[in-house]
Amino acid sequence: MRDVAILSFAQTPYKRRESERTEVQMVLSVVTDAVEKSGLPKSDIGFTCSGSSDYLAGQSFAFVGAIDGLGAWPPIAESHVEMDGAWALYEAWIKIQTGMCNTALAFSFGRASMGSLPETLNMQLDPYTLGPLGIDSISMAALQARAWLDQDNHTERQMAEVAVRSRKNALNNPDAQLKGDFEVEKLLSEPYLIEPLHKHDCPPITDGANAVVIAAADAVPSGANPVWIRGIDHRIEPHQPGFRDLTQSPSTKLAGEKAGATRLDIAELHAPFTHQELILRDALGLDDDVRINPSGGALAANPMMVAGLTRMGEACREIWAGRAKRALAHATSGHCLQQNLVCVLEGD
Amino acid sequence: MAERCAVIGVGQTRHESKRIDVSQVGLVREAALRALEDAELSWTDIDAVVIGKAPDLFEGVMMPELFLADALGCSGKPMLRVHTAGSVGGSTAIVAASLVEAGVHERVLTVSYEKQSESNAMWALTIRMPFQQGIVAGAGGFFAPLIRSYMRRSKAPEDTGIRVALKDRLNALKNPYAHLKFPDVDFDQIASSPMLWDPIRYLETCPSSDGACAMVLSSEKPAKQASKTPAWVHATSMRTEPTMFAGRDQVNPQAGKDAAKDLYAKAGITDPRKQIDCAEIYVPFSWFEPMWLENLGFAPEGEGWKMTYEGATALDGDMPINMSGGVLSSNPIGASGMLRFAEAANQVRGEAGEHQVDGAKVALGHAYGGGSQYFSMWIVGAEPR
Amino acid sequence: MSEEKSEVKAIVTPTKLVYQFSAIGSHAEFLKAISEGKLVGERCPSCKKVYCPPRGICPRCGVETPEKVDIDDKGTVTTYCIVRVPSENIDLKLPYCAANILLDRSDMPIMALIQECPAEDVRIGMRVEAIWAPEEDWGPTMENIRYFRPIDEPDVPTEEMGDWY
Repeated sequence: MRDVAILSFAQTPYKRRESERTEVQMVLSVVTDAVEKSGLPKSDIGFTCSGSSDYLAGQSFAFVGAIDGLGAWPPIAESHVEMDGAWALYEAWIKIQTGMCNTALAFSFGRASMGSLPETLNMQLDPYTLGPLGIDSISMAALQARAWLDQDNHTERQMAEVAVRSRKNALNNPDAQLKGDFEVEKLLSEPYLIEPLHKHDCPPITDGANAVVIAAADAVPSGANPVWIRGIDHRIEPHQPGFRDLTQSPSTKLAGEKAGATRLDIAELHAPFTHQELILRDALGLDDDVRINPSGGALAANPMMVAGLTRMGEACREIWAGRAKRALAHATSGHCLQQNLVCVLEGD
Repeated sequence: MAERCAVIGVGQTRHESKRIDVSQVGLVREAALRALEDAELSWTDIDAVVIGKAPDLFEGVMMPELFLADALGCSGKPMLRVHTAGSVGGSTAIVAASLVEAGVHERVLTVSYEKQSESNAMWALTIRMPFQQGIVAGAGGFFAPLIRSYMRRSKAPEDTGIRVALKDRLNALKNPYAHLKFPDVDFDQIASSPMLWDPIRYLETCPSSDGACAMVLSSEKPAKQASKTPAWVHATSMRTEPTMFAGRDQVNPQAGKDAAKDLYAKAGITDPRKQIDCAEIYVPFSWFEPMWLENLGFAPEGEGWKMTYEGATALDGDMPINMSGGVLSSNPIGASGMLRFAEAANQVRGEAGEHQVDGAKVALGHAYGGGSQYFSMWIVGAEPR
Repeated sequence: MSEEKSEVKAIVTPTKLVYQFSAIGSHAEFLKAISEGKLVGERCPSCKKVYCPPRGICPRCGVETPEKVDIDDKGTVTTYCIVRVPSENIDLKLPYCAANILLDRSDMPIMALIQECPAEDVRIGMRVEAIWAPEEDWGPTMENIRYFRPIDEPDVPTEEMGDWY
């Protein structure tokens, strides 16, 4: 395997509604920023891969317009996954491993504010057996939370503590959307949104975009501050909730083992719902001395198709700031943590 | 650096306008099981799965790979979903090949499909977006003016398109999986079929089909153990350019020329017409055959039509094109690109049945999408390179 | 028990998703101008090409395009097709001509209808002008231009059409 490093990361400030820039302008800004910070000339980028969703944008081929933000002339080697940007980075990493390129750009964008996200995500369910039930994404997560709570004396207080810590951490993140000092008692006294989930257990709806530049060791420019990808792996589980134990995340566990997720200082976990962070910590065997989601995580900003790649970027920011040496970044996709990616990152 | 990669199994479904006998699950499994059977492997032999399809709105399911994971034996495995517009079937195969070439996996299953009958694709394509120019001519109306530009530039005889359609429709009669078959097809039948988007006639147009295609790709060792001849991947290439910008040549796009140049350089090809034995290229409207022949460097600019006219592109010509009957005969959009790649593989494997080109050793598979702006292609050979 | 159930072959699941699109930046400015009967484009600071409708960026160069340019409502046909097949959401009498029209002062063609002449008479290089809807019907939409029609000017020779031939 070739050693590959993340050279730079850029993201938009995350907002409930981006009302000043079009999607393509968001893409242009993060791509320009990430390429500039990488120290590589734009013409040196050997491969580009993006992640986004047509259903989020409400139109077919939504990603085609994003090409306009790249200045793709002369034509570029480029691909797109209908997945979170974390998987776009994975494809870019694969491309470097084949030796067909030495550097790559991965980016993602999502503008959930145009539609109603919980109902849109209903369209992700099996169209014959689950979708027609009309169940939305929050209700799916609530099913999982109930199963988790009914096990091993788990409590809603543990979940609220995740929310409080996440939004407190987000106070230090200028790009985060939802931040503040909250009290567990007060949160628990509020009414349920969809029992057993309170509003604080759920992520905000977010517009945003981000971009990452990666390079093989022999293509890292002088003066760069590379964060090395020590391991990266992803796994999927069955879709039907009845086919798996919703309180566990065996795909995360396996991906973590394959990626070599040990000796970690921090972990950026893509857990849109509070109980999911606790399931993920368990799956990855993270003990209390691993700092979780210093950025605030997906509970502080959850741009669909973007938030997974953001975890990698935020883990890099901790390493670049000297607050961590070795970090884990995780991304998830689908309902109830169906698909998971784990990446282990280490400073130079 | 790159590991060798080969196609060791190919499968496809029957293509029809409405496959109401199967669900999306049944459709992808039909293709996947045939590919596994062809490779003499079972689900447990597969390390990873790569799925491709065109827009999610065509079936009305967001990221349908998530629910198809159960049926494609993905549990506990890596699964990727590719979407690069009409070129997606080709790009999906290339991503799958990359996983092997990167040395990450030994055996990868790749599947692509479209089941447009489960939603309304015309609706999905023509949603009137606010603030954007209204579409005044439907999908064919986008490409018809490009064809007119080509006709004017090349001064090709007006019946070139009819000749392409006739050849592809005759080839389709030899392909048991093809969707459209006209047993008595002749020049006059095509010439007298109604003009839809003048200069495009009805029988010069692709259908929209339900269908799927699958391949098993492997590294060198499993390929050498396979009992059937593998198709070795000699080179892959992808290029993209913006849909529209001032000065863009949409008839002979730079991205296609660049991809072909990159592909030939990687495969050691200096004279494509001599060194490539046959090619399966993405021709949704008949006139795109001469256009792509030029774009791919099989003919000088303005002369692609001569190859069609002289019969060079027929099954018994010196440069057979679209031996399977092509996109004109079967068009499950998300799978259409992969069908091109799979046909190229089957030709060099000697597994193309009645539409086999005698002695084919090197073949090209080609796909394009969007506003003629996404290109993906590969060259496969009977021998490793 | 007497009623025989037939095999289920398909189910219908009606779906309704509502999206709200906002006009932002260049889009909003273009729509404001067209609601006043004017066409406005943007010039790329890098390649100097003019885009109308503008998108706030140049797709070729990947840079923002802040400079505004007034665009004429006359132009030249760069290529066209004649539509002879009905489409679900297009209510026009067949056949009709859909053409790529390069507006004067703009560098990228738009696709629009040509009317007031037989579709077969449309030519590459033909000069055309916009026919606007009555002013009282104007709104923030491209549909203010109902169609284009030929004007009595000599055809533009293809060699003068530059990039678009």
